[in-house]
Amino acid sequence: MSHFLYSLIGLAAGVCFILALKGLSTPKTARRGNIIGAIGATIATLVVFFYAQEGESLPLNNFGWIIGAIAVGVVIGVPAARKVQMTQMPQLVALFNGVGGGAAALVAIVEYLHLGDTANTAEVIATVFTVIVGCVSFSGSIITFLKLQELMTTRPVVFPGGRFVIAGTLAATLAAAVWVVIELGTNPLMILAALSLLFGILFVLPVGGADVPIVISLLNAFTGLTVAASGYVLDSTLLIIAGTLVGASGTILTRLMAEAMGRSLFGTLFGAFTAKPQEATGAAEERPVRSGSPDDVAILLNYARRVVIVPGFGLAVAQAQHTVRELADLMLAKGIDVAYGIHPVAGRMPGHMNVLLAEANVPYDQLAEMDEVNPTFGQTDVAIVIGANDVVNPAAQTTPGCPIYGMPILEVSNAANIIFLKRSMRPGFAGIENELLYDPKTMLLFGDAKASLTKVVSALKNL
Amino acid sequence: MEPIAIISIFVLAVFVGFEVVSKVSSTLHTPLMSGANAIHGVILVGAIIVADHSSTNLELGLAVAAIILATINMVGGFVVTDRMLEMFKPKKGGEKK
Repeated sequence: MSHFLYSLIGLAAGVCFILALKGLSTPKTARRGNIIGAIGATIATLVVFFYAQEGESLPLNNFGWIIGAIAVGVVIGVPAARKVQMTQMPQLVALFNGVGGGAAALVAIVEYLHLGDTANTAEVIATVFTVIVGCVSFSGSIITFLKLQELMTTRPVVFPGGRFVIAGTLAATLAAAVWVVIELGTNPLMILAALSLLFGILFVLPVGGADVPIVISLLNAFTGLTVAASGYVLDSTLLIIAGTLVGASGTILTRLMAEAMGRSLFGTLFGAFTAKPQEATGAAEERPVRSGSPDDVAILLNYARRVVIVPGFGLAVAQAQHTVRELADLMLAKGIDVAYGIHPVAGRMPGHMNVLLAEANVPYDQLAEMDEVNPTFGQTDVAIVIGANDVVNPAAQTTPGCPIYGMPILEVSNAANIIFLKRSMRPGFAGIENELLYDPKTMLLFGDAKASLTKVVSALKNL
Repeated sequence: MEPIAIISIFVLAVFVGFEVVSKVSSTLHTPLMSGANAIHGVILVGAIIVADHSSTNLELGLAVAAIILATINMVGGFVVTDRMLEMFKPKKGGEKK
């Protein structure tokens, strides 16, 4: 195959990726967009096998190894993606992103070993960039995975002198980068890789649980840029286009997410350097709360005219999306006005709730976005908060200095009655006490969201 | 390739990337991130190229690891994105829009 044809097919794959991102930006075309992206990736992968790089011949060297490795990747990747539960998708995306970053770093290292002394300075700089950012993306994503999987604490990990350690690691990493560029050689590169991995860990540790999605998105954009840099070293236009696209769109997406959460990107990434550990929770635990039975809840709902359902991560954990729809349908049948109030970052990822409720066939027009639903809480008789906490926490508006301060919230406190379905009094993902739980117009229904909702549904049926 | 050609491609791709996602509703943030994540799995192409011209066992070993990781990223990424979006498809006839 000629170089021209090879590049042309590569360009076609690049166009597929642009169409994929475009398609993914609109609900109607999203699925098609994803499939177009997959087609582009398949074309790009197949065509490499038919084009011999300079000084090489077909079939590719190490052909068996290449095919075998792809098979292993498929055998690991596909079942992981198929079997994962809705609730665990965010961490799987983080993990996939991490291995992508790791792959980019490995590619850069191999190419560096291969080029040896023949590498020019620009290539070495691109390699160094890929190794640093790829390794940071890899180790950082692993930490986000551990946080989301709750294999480690979801709270910011801040240790004394932490910021000096991080700054020191960063300085050492940059020094190692300069060393590689000047001295060349394998050892400096390995030291650089090790320092970058360490920096990735330290960089993500202080990020609080609720901000993790933003960090995943940022690391995703990082990985894109490393792919672009690899494309430069390997002289592949396709990799440059694909990597840059992801880098650019990922950056915008990160900003959009940060805006949806009312955070500045800078504050998210570096807030933990300055934040003091949150206190004043312990004493609050003892305060009285009003807890009710499923029957109490059913009665309250039966005489309501307007009910807003606010779903959160607890709904996803309990897999209660079908039950909540059953409850909504029942209320609608009784002539009660029902809407779902969807906070942009409810759950563990923006859009998490929409995906979950769509699975239960909840009609689109019942889903109300935050700006739409907030002005209506004044006319709402009952707000049912199902497994959500931080997204309705008034502390975001009233307590300057708390980790979620400034995040827009669903103002359920304006509703006449508030029902919280909770597993326990444990604070939400961000680890902040919620004053609303102690509000006199709040009723708590403890237990698994699905079990509780089922009881409420049967109680409501009998009324 | 000419440096100016590379820089041109890079700059134009940045603008395209900004442009295509600038107006996306928060509903689609997660699938879009996941889809973009799958797209950078195309580093698989780079991993295959370096595996092709690996001359030592060390190089080959690292290249094979890179291929495995990149394949997981690409294939797994597209599959998981499809699963997220599967749930958006209208199933009931009664729904408008």
